[in-house]
Amino acid sequence: MVATACRYSPLLLLALMWEAAVRTGLISDLVLPPFSAAVEGWWDLAVTGDLFPQAFASLRRAALGLGLAIALGTTAGILMAWNAKIRVFINPLIQMFYPLPKSALIPVTILWFGLGDMSKIVLIFIGCLLPIVVSSFNGARGVEDVLVWSARSLGASRRQVLWQIVVPAAMPEILTGIRTALAISFVLLVSSEFIIARDGIGFMIAGFGEEGVYDRMFACIMTVVAMGFFADRLFQLFMRRVLIWRE
Amino acid sequence: MATGAAIAVENVSHHYRPPKKRPVHALDQVSLEVGDREFVALLGPSGCGKSTLLYLIGGFMPIESGSIRVNGNLVTGPGPDRGVVFQHFALFPWKTVLGNVLYGLENIGVPREEARERAQKYIDMVHLTGFEDAYPNQLSGGMKQRAAIARTLAIDPDILLMDEPFGALDAQTRGLMQEELLSIWQRTRKTVLFVTHDVREAVYLAERVVMMTARPGRIMESVDTRFDEAGPGVMDRPEFVEKASYIWNRIKGEAIATVAARAS
Repeated sequence: MVATACRYSPLLLLALMWEAAVRTGLISDLVLPPFSAAVEGWWDLAVTGDLFPQAFASLRRAALGLGLAIALGTTAGILMAWNAKIRVFINPLIQMFYPLPKSALIPVTILWFGLGDMSKIVLIFIGCLLPIVVSSFNGARGVEDVLVWSARSLGASRRQVLWQIVVPAAMPEILTGIRTALAISFVLLVSSEFIIARDGIGFMIAGFGEEGVYDRMFACIMTVVAMGFFADRLFQLFMRRVLIWRE
Repeated sequence: MATGAAIAVENVSHHYRPPKKRPVHALDQVSLEVGDREFVALLGPSGCGKSTLLYLIGGFMPIESGSIRVNGNLVTGPGPDRGVVFQHFALFPWKTVLGNVLYGLENIGVPREEARERAQKYIDMVHLTGFEDAYPNQLSGGMKQRAAIARTLAIDPDILLMDEPFGALDAQTRGLMQEELLSIWQRTRKTVLFVTHDVREAVYLAERVVMMTARPGRIMESVDTRFDEAGPGVMDRPEFVEKASYIWNRIKGEAIATVAARAS
């Protein structure tokens, strides 16, 4: 507990410096509300009940997009490693779409899927898909021959080897890919909600920014930061549980 | 074909075909028979294709030319009749020792209760009692190899194929493991094909040592290495020393050829 508090003490220091910089007039409160005001704004939003439903709407989009990407991405990546024909078919698609900044697709998803949830979910799905496909492919590709041979001479069929050996052996890389995708999902979530949306945390940031209610805008930004932070910490905890055999 | 041969290799040749490189001629017209319950060591300089031959018998790679029969049946793929022990253990790192040993038993359909009992029996046999729930990462090299041997023995294969199983271990551990392997072999009496480049290890463990030439690997000579006396003391006996030095002299030229080929 004390150790955790110490570890995050730089954050406290940052908050104090933020507060001090505005109070002393070093930074004008017209462009940066003091930290205390942002906290107050956060409290107001939280008790009026607006913040949590909005944050939840955003989280739901991220979770659905990421969930779909995990299901399809790991399957595609592992099948690519397993079967040369599938690899030959999918590889050019990956090479084509990998360098594309996925935010460039925001207008397209809005055009095709409207202003609501679906356009955001599809965008997050597309953005998260490739890193997961690539990491699953690399993980499955890198499985040592002798592990597969061991399993085969211990009575496993080719199909059993896929589930019993390739998937668990590739798991560290698959999970690392998913962690990258998790970060991407937040970037795409907020930026797509910025541009056009009817609700969500990104929508709120944009709205308060336009209205000039900066303490609330910063409150929302801090909320996104916290959401991203906790999502990543939770995932790391999960990873450590699943990969306990590596300790 | 000869009756009683557990493994019959006939005129097998093999090339490695690395992508975008010239194919490597690994085995040339190799013929070899291993009798039922015989312990044969395959000895040769590194890179002579002895491991390749073992993998072909294991069914891990397609056979280009010639044929391999195990108990009279043509080898077309891997199977639980041939248990394999690899130099680098090849344990499943995400499974505990018990999980590793249970894996094959579950695959071949041994009922749960019985599988547990059999797994425990072999874990005890290789002196890993108390480490059932340890992951391979938490074990020393010698313990990993003992776990791998238990995993292979548990499914009771007719034939043990061992690819330099003690090559990654320190000298002391290797000595202990050799003793354990001999005592297990005397109790279970399996057919063993044991690949090594260690002359003393081959002469000590095996009933017969088969020597291979440098690449492309051919069978050079087969030497009977049974002695009247058992136990590690035999290694100091004149007849042991004589046999080992004879084999060493035969192999030495091949080893030099390998080193020279590498240097050029």
